[in-house]
Amino acid sequence: MNDQTLTPEERVANLKGMGSSRKRVEDVRFTQGKGNYVDDIKMDGMLFGAFVRSPYAHARVVSVNKEAALAIPGVVAVLTAEDLAPLGLHWMPTLAGDKQMVLADGKVLFQGQEVAYVVAENRYIAADAAELVEVDYEELPVLTNPFEALKSDVVLREDLAGQTEGAHGPRKHHNHIFTWEQGDKDATEAVLSQADVVAEEMVYYHRTHPCPLETCGCVASMDKVTGKLTLYGTFQAPHAIRTVVSLISGLAEHNIRVISPDIGGGFGNKVGAYAGYVCSVVASIVTGQPVKWVENRMENLMSTAFARDYWMQGKIAATKDGKITGLWCHTTADHGGFDACADPTKFPAGFMNICTGSYDIPTAYLAVDGVYTNKAPGGVAYRCSFRVTEAAYFIERMIEVLAIKLNMDAAELRRINFIRKDQFPYQSALGWEYDSGDYHTAWDKALKAVDYEGLRAEQAQRVEDFKAGKTRKLLGIGLTHFTEIVGAGPVKNCDILGLGMFDSCEIRIHPTGSAIARLGTISQGQGHATTFAQIIASEIGLPADDITLEEGDTDTAPYGLGTYGSRSTPVAGAATAMAARKIRAKAQMIAAYLLEVHDNDVEWDVDRFAVKGAPERFKTMKEIAFAAYNQAIPGLEPGLEAVSYYDPPNMTYPFGAYICVMEIDVDTGEWDVRQFYALDDCGTRINPMIIEGQVHGGVTEALAIAMGQEIAYDEMGNVKTATLMDFFLPTAWETPNYTTDHTVTPSPHHPIGAKGVGESPNVGGVPAFSNAVHDAFRPFGLVQSHMPHDHWRIWKIANGLGMHG
Amino acid sequence: MIPAGFEYHRPGDIASAIGILQEHGDEARVIAGGHSLIPMMKLRMAEMGHLVDLQAIEELKGIEIGAGTVSLGAMVTQHELITHDGLATAIPLIREAALQIADPQVRYVGTVGGNVANGDPGNDMPGLMQCLNATFELSGPDGRRSVAAREFYEAAYFTARDDEEILTRISIPVPGAGVGQAYEKQKRKIGDYATAAAAVMVGNGHASVAMTNLADTPVWSESASNALADGDVSGCVAAMLDAIDPVADNRGPVEFKKHVAAVMLRRAIERAQSRAG
Ligand SMILES: Cc1cc2nc3c(=O)[nH]c(=O)nc-3n(C[C@H](O)[C@H](O)[C@H](O)COP(=O)(O)OP(=O)(O)OC[C@H]3O[C@@H](n4cnc5c(N)ncnc54)[C@H](O)[C@@H]3O)c2cc1C
Repeated sequence: MNDQTLTPEERVANLKGMGSSRKRVEDVRFTQGKGNYVDDIKMDGMLFGAFVRSPYAHARVVSVNKEAALAIPGVVAVLTAEDLAPLGLHWMPTLAGDKQMVLADGKVLFQGQEVAYVVAENRYIAADAAELVEVDYEELPVLTNPFEALKSDVVLREDLAGQTEGAHGPRKHHNHIFTWEQGDKDATEAVLSQADVVAEEMVYYHRTHPCPLETCGCVASMDKVTGKLTLYGTFQAPHAIRTVVSLISGLAEHNIRVISPDIGGGFGNKVGAYAGYVCSVVASIVTGQPVKWVENRMENLMSTAFARDYWMQGKIAATKDGKITGLWCHTTADHGGFDACADPTKFPAGFMNICTGSYDIPTAYLAVDGVYTNKAPGGVAYRCSFRVTEAAYFIERMIEVLAIKLNMDAAELRRINFIRKDQFPYQSALGWEYDSGDYHTAWDKALKAVDYEGLRAEQAQRVEDFKAGKTRKLLGIGLTHFTEIVGAGPVKNCDILGLGMFDSCEIRIHPTGSAIARLGTISQGQGHATTFAQIIASEIGLPADDITLEEGDTDTAPYGLGTYGSRSTPVAGAATAMAARKIRAKAQMIAAYLLEVHDNDVEWDVDRFAVKGAPERFKTMKEIAFAAYNQAIPGLEPGLEAVSYYDPPNMTYPFGAYICVMEIDVDTGEWDVRQFYALDDCGTRINPMIIEGQVHGGVTEALAIAMGQEIAYDEMGNVKTATLMDFFLPTAWETPNYTTDHTVTPSPHHPIGAKGVGESPNVGGVPAFSNAVHDAFRPFGLVQSHMPHDHWRIWKIANGLGMHG
Repeated sequence: MIPAGFEYHRPGDIASAIGILQEHGDEARVIAGGHSLIPMMKLRMAEMGHLVDLQAIEELKGIEIGAGTVSLGAMVTQHELITHDGLATAIPLIREAALQIADPQVRYVGTVGGNVANGDPGNDMPGLMQCLNATFELSGPDGRRSVAAREFYEAAYFTARDDEEILTRISIPVPGAGVGQAYEKQKRKIGDYATAAAAVMVGNGHASVAMTNLADTPVWSESASNALADGDVSGCVAAMLDAIDPVADNRGPVEFKKHVAAVMLRRAIERAQSRAG
């Protein structure tokens, strides 16, 4: 067994550890249609739930008549707020310190709000019965604009009437939720008043939706004999869901088992708790039968968590040479009918205070006002870490706006303001400590890769040709250098509902040298089973192929806060490395015992411990594993397993440089992405192929958001984009080719130096696309225009600039 | 997204299908490819007690290329329109337009008959058929009759077809040699209906111009066609802009649609002229 024929390089390669483009082990089942999603779960006697939803955005619910629905054979129950009230379950707490109606309690606050829950023997009967529930509404005035909501006499949240103090401080108006301030207001205003140049602009990041391919759903199964509730669901945070279910239902936590099976994409949409979960649990407890609820596409788009909807008023100050001296931002945040944002408790606007971006801005101030409107609640981090996309879009637009004001090249303006490599760890004006970065290297590499100078020359020629009537197409060069803040987060300042945002990994080595690892996170397509096994492989020298990974079952996995905000690798990935190191530490003692030397006389060598100075005397990890189970080693317990709960000392700060080259038809507003270059620095790279896949997916989402995807409302509060005909989800046809690239600047505080990458492409992609549109029209006088840049809005820009003759 | 309950029928010939329609009156509807009807049923915007599937009726199938006329069975799929070489030679415009409909999955099952009978102003085939001056053959309890495509559309979802009639075939005169044809469509993405689309035939001193999704019916304009026949492109565009009546929706406001309509029409004309011999 002591294989000495392989070179160290071959032994490293055999592990398929960190750095290997190992194929995704998950794909074997997914590509064969053998995944197991919530809607694949079938149980004996399973009932189905369906909601009756409000057609109105704001109305009083005068009465609900269940009779006709209950008369249909196969209908088991129709629940309303009245039925849930005795259990105290007609309202539930939100993640943002607010509360939310489970079923309409006297009124509805957004179109699609849950009014009644029908339980029936199958989903067809449930759908028929839901049609027959008669609800009498009395329409109320609708507020869809947050600025108007803050002035209006109409009280949206009557339940909060008279409450001048909210979860995050004083409320200024009955439709106001909170004000969150960061940085130094006075100092920033002083800088603005004395600056050579100040650029000011309103930057709107429109409301959109994560729209995972699989919608939200659950199966609740109460076993009346054991008293145990099993809840399967599309949960991005299964452990937190268990605790929440326990707290709001009164069931003891050990009697609740939450299981997230395969999840078909989450992107933040599946972090929160929804009425469907509560109603299904109640229905199962009442009937003693399993109850399934799965929303359809329209329900998903209309009622479960949206993203963005930030109105960001910005001012940026600079010297006449372009050195930025101050940044001011006031954000009006439209939170919809309830404040159900998914953010760490102390951050009601998430990490919006990363809005100084990649730049060394000495003075800054940020204020965010949260506002209630007649729209769906949510405000989740759609493939981003808590409002980082909004922040990145804001600063990357403000840089462009400043470049116009200074009549400077936007690439150069960025370069002269980047935080320098020698400034890390860097203390930002809005309170963060950036861990590491080398922005100049990444930027120069990116500009060179796309031949930036050449592109600018081509663009200048194009402008000439356009003016000469030789072409009707413009060329835009969209630049972005983003800095993310991910990996929430240190328990000292990050929690969700009081639960610290650590994460966990437990590794158990089997006697024959294979292993199982369980984590507190849950993959929704990220490929955890592939990459976390690679971390373990590199740390303990067992092949990744021999390591099983399990997540999502609260009865077996260690407690963790789940997967969102690019936190899995920074937090659970760190826990994985730390647990593996505990195993290696014990393995060292076992090896020393077997080799009959002192613990300190052996050293680690890829997949074995060898006697220092005598590499031919070694014990492989496989041998050590067996010894752990069959030898009585003095002073050591048998077995080989470890668990680690990792509380990260800091966030990680991935960054990247994205460049988009776009052709725009001024007559139709049609666009075509000719080139998209994405350089990501996510620190240590665990699996380059998975990184590339994540970048492709994330940039495609960014394309959708920037170029057309939105949740739009009319003035009556009707959702105008509730199907995939109108809600833009790109197909292969609309998806451009991407060129990916990287630099590597490891995180100094992370055990393996990894920073997380899943969300970077969405964060960096949106400003790259949007800036390309703006850049195309910059020579003709455009300064700022709002997303999404769909055909008619691009046409409107051209029309406003007099380009249609 | 679950339709209300219905009875399913699958007759083997036209006469039995008409019989079922007669028996159930407006409770019954025929279904062809289902790619317009089923979404409406899932949204519960269409509810009917009886669904009469036309898939098993052989008489409704097949593409026949005659010397002066092409005949399309109502149940010919959009995919077949694209892959039939004889059709592409006789009337290339049909393939060009069919390729702009939806995506391959939809086109495998969506039919030409369903597309023209549906009456949705978003459908591409009605405008195309008006441009080509096609005739629709209808079979009902009282026998057969023919209606010109240009006479068929009354308002959105209202056509000259009676409830108990089935659209059986479409016949299209083969444009003479030297007639240039083009279909130009702007859409937001694959699978989208037109923001504006134009079908143009021009050559040999004749022209025909029709547009899609710019009114509650397809718009064929005689004066626009005449202007183009006279070589007056601006006059053609102006006449068409008079004839259309777009409404604002998620694709954009009215002024945008009018502008894009003119752009699509000009581009189609230019391409058609370049193909005219
Ligand atoms: C995602 C998507 C995108 C689409 N995009 C486009 C597009 O870009 N352009 C476009 O033109 N269409 C588009 N469509 C519609 C598609 O082309 C449909 O297939 C077509 O409109 C209807 O044809 P069908 O065979 O599916 O008819 P069905 O849906 O079965 O029927 C449609 C209607 O016509 C009636 N009908 C059908 N056949 C007959 C007949 N022989 N006699 C009398 N009445 C009949 C039915 O009763 C029904 O009312 C799209 C559809 C989808 C789902």
